[in-house]
Order: sequence, then structure tokens, then C-alpha cells
Amino acid sequence: MIAETVSFAIPDFRLSPRIDQVGVEERASRFTKRSIKTESKINGLKLALNMIDLTTLEGKDTEGKVKQLCYKAQHLHDAYEGLPTVAAVCVYPSMVNIAKKALGNSGVKVASVATAFPSGQAPKDVKIRDTKFAVSEGADEVDMVISRGKFLEGDYNFIFDEIAEIKEACGTARLKVILETGELVTYDKVRRASDIAMYAGADFIKTSTGKISPAATMPVTLVMLEAIRDFYYKTGKMIAMKPAGGISKAKLSLHYLVMLKETLGEAWMNNEWFRFGASSLANDILMQLMAQKTGVYQSANYFSID
Amino acid sequence: MAKAKNNTLKLNFDTKWGYAPAPESKSIAKVDAKYDLFINGKFEKPLSKKYFDTINPATEEKLSEVADANAADVDKAVKAARNAYNNVWGKMPAKERAKYIYRIARMIQERAREFAVIESLDGGKPIRESRDIDVPVAANHFFYYAGWADKLQYAFPNRNPKPLGVAGQIIPWNFPLLMAAWKIAPALATGNTVVLKPAETTPLTALKLAEIIQESELPAGVVNIITGAGATGAAIVNHPDINKIAFTGSTDVGKIIQRAVAGTNKKITLELGGKAANIIFDDAPIDQAVEGIINGIYFNQGHVCCAGSRLFVQESVFDEVIRKLKDRIETLIVGDPLDKNTDIGAINSKQQMETIHKYLKIGEKEGAEMYQSSCPLPKKGYFIRPTLFTNVAQSSRIVQEEIFGPVLTVQTFRTDDEVIEKANNTPFGLSAGVWTDKGSKIFNLTTKMRAGVVWANTYNKFDPTSPFGGYKESGFGREGGLHGLHAYLNVH
Repeated sequence: MIAETVSFAIPDFRLSPRIDQVGVEERASRFTKRSIKTESKINGLKLALNMIDLTTLEGKDTEGKVKQLCYKAQHLHDAYEGLPTVAAVCVYPSMVNIAKKALGNSGVKVASVATAFPSGQAPKDVKIRDTKFAVSEGADEVDMVISRGKFLEGDYNFIFDEIAEIKEACGTARLKVILETGELVTYDKVRRASDIAMYAGADFIKTSTGKISPAATMPVTLVMLEAIRDFYYKTGKMIAMKPAGGISKAKLSLHYLVMLKETLGEAWMNNEWFRFGASSLANDILMQLMAQKTGVYQSANYFSID
Repeated sequence: MAKAKNNTLKLNFDTKWGYAPAPESKSIAKVDAKYDLFINGKFEKPLSKKYFDTINPATEEKLSEVADANAADVDKAVKAARNAYNNVWGKMPAKERAKYIYRIARMIQERAREFAVIESLDGGKPIRESRDIDVPVAANHFFYYAGWADKLQYAFPNRNPKPLGVAGQIIPWNFPLLMAAWKIAPALATGNTVVLKPAETTPLTALKLAEIIQESELPAGVVNIITGAGATGAAIVNHPDINKIAFTGSTDVGKIIQRAVAGTNKKITLELGGKAANIIFDDAPIDQAVEGIINGIYFNQGHVCCAGSRLFVQESVFDEVIRKLKDRIETLIVGDPLDKNTDIGAINSKQQMETIHKYLKIGEKEGAEMYQSSCPLPKKGYFIRPTLFTNVAQSSRIVQEEIFGPVLTVQTFRTDDEVIEKANNTPFGLSAGVWTDKGSKIFNLTTKMRAGVVWANTYNKFDPTSPFGGYKESGFGREGGLHGLHAYLNVH
């Protein structure tokens, strides 16, 4: 099968749609009013588990830590039969090789942050080498950061070109573009950065590094989902979404799924097109699933903390 | 290179992962088999000896039966109100009056869940709305006007504000409890006494409010709540010992009332129909505008006098707006009003459903293009899918007449002046909406719209502090805010 090439004109990003803050926050809060009960809750929680990028991004990461995390990724809670694995394990480039080996052919992907994560404050050639290294080590996915300083200066061409070059360096690896929305501050800017990233070749757009507060919020994610929707209608190309940071509760993850369902629909309701960047979310979901199964909440000690 | 085939792209909202039923429990709602008239602090059997049924429009099952007050019952209620005004309420220090109003507000809050469930049972509106809007805003109206009771001298300095006496109040079926609060709270705060008639299809929450009023130990006769249909309303309007008529309802009935009151000493405020323009400019935040359009027309099944039923879209963004509207309509859930996930509940009555169907037929006959969502409808009860019509003109009947249902008409425009002219080209003038990113455009439009309320980049926002009322055939007088006090006072 020959992949259909899609051509589209690059728009003027200064004219990206404006976002009304009050309106988008109201809409986002409306999703939280959906009541998710019984089997809908269980299915939703399992789906959310399967969308998690289990993450460790610390200076103190070691081979031992990453291996343990990879084991957890494949065995979330063996006391509960039939649980899915998470979608991916997300690590620094130096740990990709270890994660790749530990995950073997489990189907769990290895994602690597790159491009001088989390600040992005490095020369372009360093960022490209960083990316190529991660890919050569076996990363299935690359999570890059945009140069927020350049973006805030209004140098959108710089941002566009950088993303396009990193995309090229990725080869077959899927590229996640982190906007670091907490540093962009306004929804208008989040929308503009989303548009630039998608037109420049992002496979995913991602909210945050997790190192800056606020990280992912529902309204920010909604703005990005709507950008994805508009891009899809304009080009026919699907872009995936990854909110990251700040999503640690099972209930909140269900609110995100409601938002995804009602904004983009069925095609996006799987881990190819939607991810949660989170480390502590998995255990809260496991706790809720066990509570649904047994009727009682177990203490945190019953759930592994890898 | 192949171009993307934009027109064939479609999002699929019929997802594998769906929402399980999440019905609110009915157990909290205590509905008696029969309700009498609340006159002089007691529930009394009607002199008419007649009762009529009130049904649940979502199931067509009978909920209860309520008394059908005749002219003699109305007279009894007015006498009770007059007596309470002369002997108790009129003489009571204002700050004491305020305490009762606060108490009613707090009791509504305490029983909020029960009110919400009964409102949804009797009227068909989704529990999400009755729980999050109708009941809390009703309580807020009492809180707000309680605060004014002893400050009327400051509201109208040096003008010696005095109550009018007995107010006859007739309210509609679209916001039964909320309209009762809009009417009763300012009347009590200003020192008047009240005879209130709820609509015949939705009397239950007003009768529940009567129970609260009884428990609050408000002096007997200060508030009388009597049920009945048009004849009962006419008896209130025509009663010679009533000083003020406040009516919310259809423009047709409003005209009848105005004729009846002409030449009498009665003060009158009317809040009538509407056919509001909601205007999207090409520089608007489109996704939020679409959300506002949806809330503007499908809120409360479109049974809203200020519903944004005429959408005007600037031609350059027409295709985009229509596509987004259709996508959003697909995600609206129509069904059981008591399910917490329901967005659009039951049409209030069989009669209203027939009216809406009549207009859908008229629209199709006029050559308009109809689009409805694909969501399944319950087998029983009165339900209509969210509907939008394109290919309509100012001269279409569905554009001119108030449908009072989940039906949106969409027209296009080219320039600011054109849309202002078209938006004002209606006998109604209750509300309007403007969507643009440009502040100066908002100010230009708000000054030129002949409408009582103009919302900018939002829609259907209600607050006790904000006056509400119409231009032209949408009525006169204002409810809410400081203006709302004026309608119940003689100010010299």
C-alpha cells in the first residue's frame, strides 16, 4: 500500500484562532459533570491505564530504577487478572537502551525525551544529536521540547524549522512535541504553538515536561484537542495528544476520556492517539479498579511503587 | 499530490466506550397524591371542588393531582393577602421581613436535591440543569432580595419608596421554581404580599415552596400559591383588589393581560416571548462561540424566552461553524431527565411537542434544510432531537416566530450594519448574543441591539443582581437587580 501524500498550505500562524478563556474553561468543566458509573467506570479505567506513558525523568535515574519501572509497566498489578499494560515507558536518552532490553517484545513502547529536555536551551545541532542518539538506542518515540524563549519572541519560523528538523532526525520514531504550556501561559499561545507543531510534522502534541507548574490542565488539553480537530478537517491527518503532568487521580483521567470522546470521538480513543504522561496515576487507577472488584478500598501498601 | 478530501472527513462520536445510566434517585422527592391550594398559610380544599392531573412528560405517567382554583378561590387568596398586608407584613420592620426571606433561601438550599428532582420529574428538564442552575439561582434570588429589604431608602434615596399592596403573579412552565423566586423574592423584600399562580403543567415545585414557606413561619397570607390554568390566571388579572400584576409567559397572553389591566389602577410588568439573535463574527473564538450557540438554544430543551434561536454567521466562517455545530449536536444526549448525563430532557407537554413538530413541518415546507442529531430517543415521553435549519431567510416563518423548542435557524450575513438591521428586524427584543474577539465591535453592537439583555462572548447567564426584561413585544419592566425592586414600589 502506498501511503497517500497529503499536501496543504502552511497558514500564517499569527492568525491562529483566538481562544476565549472563560468559554474554554466552562466547556472543560462541563466534561467533569458526566457521571461515570459501574461497567463504564471499569472500562474507562482500563482504557486509561493502557494510555499511560509511565515516566521517570530524574537526575538520579539509574539502570536499576529503569528496569524496575519497566517490570511494572508490564505487570501493573498481577493480583488483578486481565489488566492491560501501559502504553510506553518514558525515560532520558541514556536509559533508552536499558528500557528497550527490559521491555523486550512486550509491546510496551520506549519513549525518550530529547532536545535538551526540559529547558530546550541548547544549540540545534546538539538537539539533533540528542534525538539521533535516542533513536539509535532504540526509542520508538521521541518527546521533544520547543524553544519557548524563541516562541515568546515571536520567532515562529525558528520553532517550525526546529520541529521539522527534529522530525527528520526521528526517522520512523514518532515525534511528540512538548509545548510546555505552563510557560506559554495564555490559551491563544497554546493554540498557536499547537498549530505550528502540527504543521511542522509533530505526530503528537504534548502539554508539558512535568517540570513546570501548571502542567496539563483540562482547558489547555481541550484547546489542543480542538486544534487537532481543526487540523484533521483541514488536512485529513490525525495527530495524537498527550497531556502530561498533574494527572494523578483516576477520576480526573476519566474526565479527560470524556473530553476526548466528545471532542475527537472513537478514532482517538486508544493509545496510538492519546496518552497520559504520568507516574502516580497508574496506582490510583489500580486502587479504584480493585475497589470496584472487591467493594473495599485497599491501602496504598498493596500497590507497588516502582 | 492528492488534496485532502475535506468534505468526506467525519468524526465518529458513537464510541465503544460509553456512559452507563446514572439516574438520580427519586426517593428523596416526596410528592403527595393530591395538593390543595395554599391560602392564608394553610393548604385548603378548592371551593371549585375540582382537581387536575400533573404528569411526568418523560414517561407520560401521572405524578399528582392539584386543585383547580376558580374565581371564588382567587378571591379568598386575595383577601388573605390583603389582610396580611394591612395587618402584619405592611407594618413589620423591614429587617424583620428580611429574616423571613433569608430563611426561605436557606431552606431551599437545604432541600436543593429534592427540589431538583421534582423540577425534573414535573417539567422534563435535565437534572444537571435543575441541580446546577434552577435551584441554586432560585435560592440566590431570595438571598439577594433579602439583603435589599431594609435598604430601600438607599436604593431610591429621598424618594420615599412604599409597597404597592397585593401582587398577583403568574408564571410559566419553563423555569417553575426559578420564576416563582424571581417573582416572590422582590415582592416580599419591598413589603408586598403575593398571590402566585404556577403554570398548570408544572405546579409541583411551587407547591413544595409553599411547604417551605409554611415551615418558615412566614405570617399567614403573605404568600398564597394557587394552582389552575388560564381561567385562574384571568381571575387574578381581573380581581379588583390586586395592585400589581407580574406576568411571565407568551406574548399572546401578555397582550390579553395588558388589555384587561388597561384603565385600572394596577401596575404591571410583562416578560414575554423572544426570538433572540446570536451573532458570530469571523474574528470570534469559534469553538467557544459554537458552545455558546449550543447552550443558547438547547438549554432547557429550548424552552427559554431568551433562547438564542436565530443564529447569524458571517459568511466567511459559515462552513466551519456549521460543521462544528453538527459535531457538537452529535454529542448531546437526549433522554431521561433524571439521568445525570442527559443534556436535553423531555419537551414540557404534549401540546408543546405538537407546536414544535408543526414548526419543523413549516420549516421543511419553506424549503429550509433541516439537520437533526442521530441520537436515539426514548420510546415513551415527549422528546425532540436537537435541530438546526439552514437555507432560511428573514421572511421564513421559522425565523420570525417563537418556536420555544430545540430548534435553531441559521442565516448568514456580510457586514456589521447588515446583521444589526436583520437582528433588530423582529417584533421581539428580549435578548441577543455577540461573538467577536474585538471589544469595539461588542460596544458598537450592544448599543444598537434593540434587546433587553445583550450577552457578549457568552449566553444565558443569569444572576440576581442583573436586571432582565424586554424591548418591544418581549414586554416591559425589569426583574432582578435594583431595577427589580422598582417594579414593586411606589416611588415619589
